[in-house]
Amino acid sequence: MTAAEAVAGVGVLSLGLYALLGGADFGGGVWDLLARGPRAARQRALIDEAIAPVWEANHVWLILVVVLLFAGFPPAFAAISTALHVPLTLVLLGVVLRGAAWVFRRYGEAGPARDRWGRVFAVASTITPVFLGVALGAVTSGAVRLGEDGAPVGGFFAPWLRPFPFAVGAFVLALFAYLAAVYLAVEAADEPALADDFRRRALAAGLASGGLAWLTVLTAGPGTGRFAEGLLGSAWSWPLQLAVAALAVAALVALWRRRFRLARALAVGQVAGVVLGWGLAMHPHVVPPDLTIASAAAPPATQRGLLVALGAGGAAVFPALYWLLRVFKSGPARGGSSTA
Amino acid sequence: MTEALLARLQMALSLGFHIVFAAVGVAMPLLMVIAEVRWLRSGDPLDRELARAWAKGTAVLFAVGAVSGTVLSFELGLLFPGFMAETGALIGLPFALEGAAFFLEAIFLGVYLYGWDRVRPAVHALAGAGVAASGAASAVLVTFANAWMQRPVGHALDAEGRLVAVDPAAVFTNAYAAHEIVHLLGAVYMATALAVAGVHAVSLLRAPDDRFHRRAFGLALALAVPATLAQPLIGHWAGQQVARYQPAKLAAAEGQFATERGAGLKLGGIPDYEARETRWALEVPGALSFLATSSFDGEVQGLEDFPRDEWPSPLVHYAWQVMVGIGSALAALAAFAAVHLVRRREWPRSRWFLKAVVAAGPLAFVALEAGWVVTEVGRQPWIAYGLLRTEETVTPMPGLVVPCVTFTLVYVGLAAATVVVLRSIFRTKAPAAAAAGPEPSP
Repeated sequence: MTAAEAVAGVGVLSLGLYALLGGADFGGGVWDLLARGPRAARQRALIDEAIAPVWEANHVWLILVVVLLFAGFPPAFAAISTALHVPLTLVLLGVVLRGAAWVFRRYGEAGPARDRWGRVFAVASTITPVFLGVALGAVTSGAVRLGEDGAPVGGFFAPWLRPFPFAVGAFVLALFAYLAAVYLAVEAADEPALADDFRRRALAAGLASGGLAWLTVLTAGPGTGRFAEGLLGSAWSWPLQLAVAALAVAALVALWRRRFRLARALAVGQVAGVVLGWGLAMHPHVVPPDLTIASAAAPPATQRGLLVALGAGGAAVFPALYWLLRVFKSGPARGGSSTA
Repeated sequence: MTEALLARLQMALSLGFHIVFAAVGVAMPLLMVIAEVRWLRSGDPLDRELARAWAKGTAVLFAVGAVSGTVLSFELGLLFPGFMAETGALIGLPFALEGAAFFLEAIFLGVYLYGWDRVRPAVHALAGAGVAASGAASAVLVTFANAWMQRPVGHALDAEGRLVAVDPAAVFTNAYAAHEIVHLLGAVYMATALAVAGVHAVSLLRAPDDRFHRRAFGLALALAVPATLAQPLIGHWAGQQVARYQPAKLAAAEGQFATERGAGLKLGGIPDYEARETRWALEVPGALSFLATSSFDGEVQGLEDFPRDEWPSPLVHYAWQVMVGIGSALAALAAFAAVHLVRRREWPRSRWFLKAVVAAGPLAFVALEAGWVVTEVGRQPWIAYGLLRTEETVTPMPGLVVPCVTFTLVYVGLAAATVVVLRSIFRTKAPAAAAAGPEPSP
């Protein structure tokens, strides 16, 4: 394994952690938008408490992916940023509005303004993952290619304004909502009725994400050929696919039987498997079909420097992150005193 | 308005917006933790109230700073993909480390804001110290990246004239970085502490003996005054480094057209790029040569030494005057306060001083922004000084007016909403020990 491949691997790992942590934050916003029934207010409060201490940290994984791209594979970053300018701008607007709205809602004066910020937070949380998925789908389907003049082949809309990227977007949204509901069921362990609300939502989102996964297969065009080969035709494909499917089914069963902590562990395994499978299927491409790990890589000195930086950073960050999650997530969300 | 100019404008707005919130995110945790440590040692509940009140404001400002920072990491690529493609391998390392520093900051802040009752008091204070330290580290690391843009190092040019990364670690030993880092940190602590002091000064104008606000005011000034006094000295060092590494930038800042010995320092003035002279300036003879070269007879390069298409905009001169003017006035105010403290053992209490501090906060941030205009607009036409021109690296996407206007509106809206939310936090907070009574010492 070359240094560049190691950096690419860390990038996939980072993307996976983003899905498992930041993705659940987005999913929380989706359930805020869809909160209903006699416990709607309680649902929103639980989501708010769950997100509060961790959302800033959770979203740093995305920044890490961006940094690894532009430092480790600069031409790939340039190609993606050029061709997917529009969906990425929409992602940014969503990220900005979501974070700001959340903090304004929490710390602002009670009243109609608070409800409005809540709406902004919830809507932004729903739209952003869709366009993250769109960008991911566009890259995966080999639609991101720069011509000789540096402009994207097909223009600035064709690479992503297609069924497959949006199917991926919908799938990503459902997956994030699923994760969030599973986590929230654990957080609500003290209140069985509330936990059951999220149990129902998790089951629905889990089944929906399964269906949407099939939709991505159906909408996959010829550009996805190489990716599909990787996903389905490699030596590791069937064991991994089976494992992910088994984890998915087991998670749903655990949910059904109200074994929420087990369901959380299984869902985490399932999503990790999905991201791993994606990464393996993309290999050796960074931006198919033109840019591979080797062809897009920064010089070895930079790759080695990145690994050192990642090692040093990781040695500091992982223990701290573990500590954060232990302080706040080792049990049901208590009403815990906070600054607000 | 060209697409390149729109891209620059959008980037400038995003950076200008982010820097205010990032500055507060770096400096306020220091104030917060000082207050909390005082409480742990003295048991005075007033200090705990202070830490908690400041933490609330920090939470809001930090969040807006964090999301605007996310925008920047993407925007580098969205607006200047050519720059990222050619230099990503050279400036990536500081960004990677900055990501780790910011990650730590976010983690510690999560514990600090939401874990008051979940961790032991000493651990809580340590978390606060962690926020302050990693925030400062973050600022240092990201400035290494800017220093590289001002003075590229560790690179070579291949046969086609494209940049090749030879020594990516050289970004950390760049001689240009030291003054930039120190000057930025000085500005960040100075502006934030002055703004915090100003906020409490507003309350003191209404209730001069309020113990809570007196304590807060004193603590903020204790950070603001040394920083404000140090900044002009640091700035002088920075000016000498700019004279050495980017003489065109200094020439534009000073409105200096002719290369000459014994160059005078111009105060004010309107540079006329057609006539190649700066009119209506007050000139202090020999002072520019002295400041730039430590000799009254030293040679200072003028704009005429450089190709016309490499002359930075006259905007640099105005920004320079604004920054130095405000910085000098605030240093004078700080000197007055310091002398008063030494002689009377307390900060000045007069209404005019309180009003001056109220004004000082926003003015310090204006100086901060002006300083960034000097260094960034002064770096033009280069995006990597002497190597890459900004206009060569802009995205080919047309219609940049759309995202530019969109983000401008979003930022204006966010700024307004931030002010509203901060005011409501400040209004509804009822400090427990807001009893009347003279405060014995700062």
